[in-house]
Amino acid sequence: MKSMFSLDVIAGILNTMIALATPFLYAALGETIAQTSGVVNLGVDGIMLLSAFAAFYVTLTTGSLWLGLLTAALVGLALGLLMSLVSVTLKAEQGVSGIGLYMFGLGMSSLLFKVLVGTVKTVRGFPPVAIPLLGDIPFVGPILFRNSIPVYSAFLLVPVVWWMLEKTTLGMKIKSVGQNPAAADSLGISVDRIRYLSVCIGATLAGIAGASLSISLLNLFQDNLTAGQGFIAVALVYFGGWSPVGVLGGALLFSVVNSFQLWVQVLGVKIPSSVAVMLPYLLTIAALTVTVNRMRQPAALNKPFQRGEN
Amino acid sequence: MKGKLFLIAGLLIVVLAATAMAAPFRIAVVMPSATTDMAFSQSMWSALLSVQKAMGGESAVVLKYSENMYKVPDAAAAVRDYASQGFDIVIAHGSQYGSSVQEIAKDFPDVTFAWGTDVNTFGLPNVYAYTAAAEQGGYVNGVMAARLTKSKKVGVTGPVEVGDAKTYIDGFSQGVQSVNTSITLSKTWTGSFSDVALMAAAAKTHIASGADVLTGSSQSVVGSIGAAKDQGSVLWFGTQSDQAPLASKLVVASQVYDWTGMLRDIIAKHKAGTLGGITYTLTLSNGGLKIAYNPSFSLPASVKAAGDAAVKGIAGGSISVTP
Repeated sequence: MKSMFSLDVIAGILNTMIALATPFLYAALGETIAQTSGVVNLGVDGIMLLSAFAAFYVTLTTGSLWLGLLTAALVGLALGLLMSLVSVTLKAEQGVSGIGLYMFGLGMSSLLFKVLVGTVKTVRGFPPVAIPLLGDIPFVGPILFRNSIPVYSAFLLVPVVWWMLEKTTLGMKIKSVGQNPAAADSLGISVDRIRYLSVCIGATLAGIAGASLSISLLNLFQDNLTAGQGFIAVALVYFGGWSPVGVLGGALLFSVVNSFQLWVQVLGVKIPSSVAVMLPYLLTIAALTVTVNRMRQPAALNKPFQRGEN
Repeated sequence: MKGKLFLIAGLLIVVLAATAMAAPFRIAVVMPSATTDMAFSQSMWSALLSVQKAMGGESAVVLKYSENMYKVPDAAAAVRDYASQGFDIVIAHGSQYGSSVQEIAKDFPDVTFAWGTDVNTFGLPNVYAYTAAAEQGGYVNGVMAARLTKSKKVGVTGPVEVGDAKTYIDGFSQGVQSVNTSITLSKTWTGSFSDVALMAAAAKTHIASGADVLTGSSQSVVGSIGAAKDQGSVLWFGTQSDQAPLASKLVVASQVYDWTGMLRDIIAKHKAGTLGGITYTLTLSNGGLKIAYNPSFSLPASVKAAGDAAVKGIAGGSISVTP
């Protein structure tokens, strides 16, 4: 029997953590951008579902993973436009429109799956790519440097999103419309345009999150494939205090505890399985209560902007 | 003579018209997952289609279904809708639907309700209950798994420790232990019937710990089978439906739930005026449970013989498997 603290087990825990964190990272980083501009998109899970199906179906029928990934991104973008239209242009209540989008994605992906595919099938997904030299480093190499391209991209996205939000003009504009849209508007920034852009970038990333499930990590599609991962991604944005680095921390914490509880069960550690499966949620809630930084919350979050009324 | 001919022709027309106008038998089923889930829901839907075909097709039996009813209130609303539409039989195919059936069945005394997996008819005259002795096929799969593992490590990926998911895994464990007590059998429970990603992660964890044979229960095991397929050489034993199409080179055998015999009996009893009150259990001996060997997998003859012997032993009563 292996010990929980043997190198093999620790490597296994970290390996699974990285795989589990990937879709959360795409979706939560995208939602961070949307929320920083002041728009809560609760439809992330629905976008992930429809995009996961699109990526799977295109890959199944064409054999091209890249075309599948591109289709997923475009489906995400289209749903982002829809969400923007409803919540930014039409000023609908963001929470309700997001839930509507989720239900649309859930139902439509299920319908299309039934009509176009019919039964569970598998595809050959993105293979692991070992990075030369780095992949051969003992212990760390196989964990960090022998993953698929969507996994690498998810982690690279963290500094990219951070840099975009913190160091670019676009990032400043996104923050300003999320903090004080009236002031941004008075400075000539188009609040609606920036919010459209932010929601669409977020939704496109949610689309890629769906694809990372169906053509990289699981290589199949089934009804309700995400099982609520999109909602966890939204929660991770709050957990991470609207910061890409915080989101990374939250995604890794949630995933590592999930991975840990699986290993606890495999190694036969005597705790009830119901307690083991609760661990990720309990620890995340506990960490949330301790670490969440409401000071960073965009002041205009969840508030539609109407010139002259804000 | 002419009058008689007219009479016969008239009678024939009446009989034909009556036949044409005879209302088809109507069955509705409410399921927690899709009809194509390769597991629990598909087993029932396949059986219903088979019964429909045997009884004369769509003109004789009308089938309606509501799938992906994983939210119990939604499922309860669907069950009530079907009952109020006058369906002859309404099947609530999920152990989580029990309290809903108990409540709704009282309001529709002329409708037959069937639900499972469970054994409780609630003392109601219009409720049938059904279950599967999943531990039996689990034992058979376990016997073969123990003979096929080279690493002497076998992994089990379960959803929630209840119902036939638990009894299948209980039987599987007993089957493995009956062959070799030194084999390490590891179990994981994801806490969800539908979380495919976590199920895949669980399977990968077993594989990383050295398991070379896996099994599991629920619709989310497609994730486990996908993980086995990605790894390339880890074998899989299925349950509920034949899972060979998912990985034809790796699936050794599946325990298949065949509900057709039970459905035929319920329909016959309903037509005879018995609307409920009976509990059915699928077993290897009554043919409700079958072991479907994957023809694309070259199973060693000795292992198949051991599997067949286990089936015979359980059906004959010489092997006792406890859920």
